[in-house]
Amino acid sequence: MADLDYQIVEDVAKELYIRALCDLPPDVREALKKAHDRETNPTAKEIFKAIFKTIEVADKNKTLICQDTGLPIYMVKVGSQFPWNGYQIKERLAKGAERATREFPFRGSSTHPLTRINPQTSVGEGLPVVHYDFDGENDYLDILMIPKGSGSENMSTMKMFYPAHGISALKKFVIDTVFETGANPCPPGIIGIGIGGTADLVMKLAKEAIARPVGQRHPDPQIAEMEEELEEAINSMDRGPMGLGGKITTLGVHIETAYTHITQNPIAINTQCWPARRARAKIYPNGNVEYGY
Amino acid sequence: MATHHLTTPFTDEAIRKLQAGDIVYFDGTLFGIRDLTQIYMFDQNHEPPVSLAGMPCIHTAPSLKKVGDKWEKICVGTTTSTRMDRFSPDLIGQYGVKAIIGKGGLYEGSLKAMQEHAAVYLAIVGGSAALETQQVEEVEEVYWEHLHPEALYKFRVKDFGPLTVAMDSHGRNLFEEVKEKTRRKLPEIYKRLQIT
Repeated sequence: MADLDYQIVEDVAKELYIRALCDLPPDVREALKKAHDRETNPTAKEIFKAIFKTIEVADKNKTLICQDTGLPIYMVKVGSQFPWNGYQIKERLAKGAERATREFPFRGSSTHPLTRINPQTSVGEGLPVVHYDFDGENDYLDILMIPKGSGSENMSTMKMFYPAHGISALKKFVIDTVFETGANPCPPGIIGIGIGGTADLVMKLAKEAIARPVGQRHPDPQIAEMEEELEEAINSMDRGPMGLGGKITTLGVHIETAYTHITQNPIAINTQCWPARRARAKIYPNGNVEYGY
Repeated sequence: MATHHLTTPFTDEAIRKLQAGDIVYFDGTLFGIRDLTQIYMFDQNHEPPVSLAGMPCIHTAPSLKKVGDKWEKICVGTTTSTRMDRFSPDLIGQYGVKAIIGKGGLYEGSLKAMQEHAAVYLAIVGGSAALETQQVEEVEEVYWEHLHPEALYKFRVKDFGPLTVAMDSHGRNLFEEVKEKTRRKLPEIYKRLQIT
């Protein structure tokens, strides 16, 4: 099998960053419309109208929805029949993210954690964040890109509970976190929850949860029921869009789970803002590229 | 809930008419400031080279591009205000700023200054940079250029909004009121979720 031209991966990585920042996924648009229809608070209704106008301007001018272009995160799934060079993929994702930043151009947010120097590239040591997974069914390379801005990412939290705390402690942690973070993560967005795994895995699960199309339920009915229950509870808080009051505080609660240790029950929350930005591409072994969400 | 269309500079009388929960749109001048701008002003004692009296200030670090002598807008968006709370009472009291625009709100000291000097906090819709950028007609001036993207910016705006009066000059703070209402609901929510 011939090796892939990795320039394709670089170009796709660049294109995905730009697409994610400018073109809101259809499920998010739909969820926002439904939320507006259910909303009764007049101030909240005005906020929704501004949100729709923003999306319209971004569509018309092919411009950024939000100025916070965030840090680039790529979730890569390699098909079992896909001929791949992992090192090349990693290098090209970084190059593509950097080219998007310089060539679009938009503000780069990646900064050295101690000197706080910002090279205006969106990348740097450890960036972009890349998560790899493998897929036995398909032959393509699936790349999901999520730019994550600071307003919502700063509200991330995790806690290692013990089995004795029970499910009740997990639910309380979610409700209390949403209460405390209030207006900061630009609600109404998606509340991504990870349950189980290890300290590092649980946060990755929460991140995968925000990347799921809005309203798509977990296949396990018990988890799906917990999603619905928490969603209803959060929307009964009346914090509303931007924390200024209203019926709709979240567009959806998504939970991802993993088995954990017998002595542990970790939970992580990663909140997504209302512009729940993401873009996807599938690269086939023959070099064809298919874009989606 | 009333909707107000204002023009800068804002008079005390116009500001006192604004009630928490009202919606505001305005035309005219808008100054852009951020963390570093205010550190430069207040901690390093630099007087602004232009009067801010009667004007609104927005918390922003805009993406601009300089073409010859002119600055052109690329993207103007708004950041969280709470980080800059400690500068806000002086912005209002010392420099006569009439409206602070941002997201997330400010604290008690800023609310007191708003009551005393007739000023308001106007909450913008976070994440709506595309719309804001369109409402900025021109970047008229960039002062303290060496601080860019946290310099002092003078924008000319048209129909800038919608902005929610989140903290008014009568001592009301909508963020706190909404939070307090939720706090009272928490026991019932815990009960429903069988949280013990």
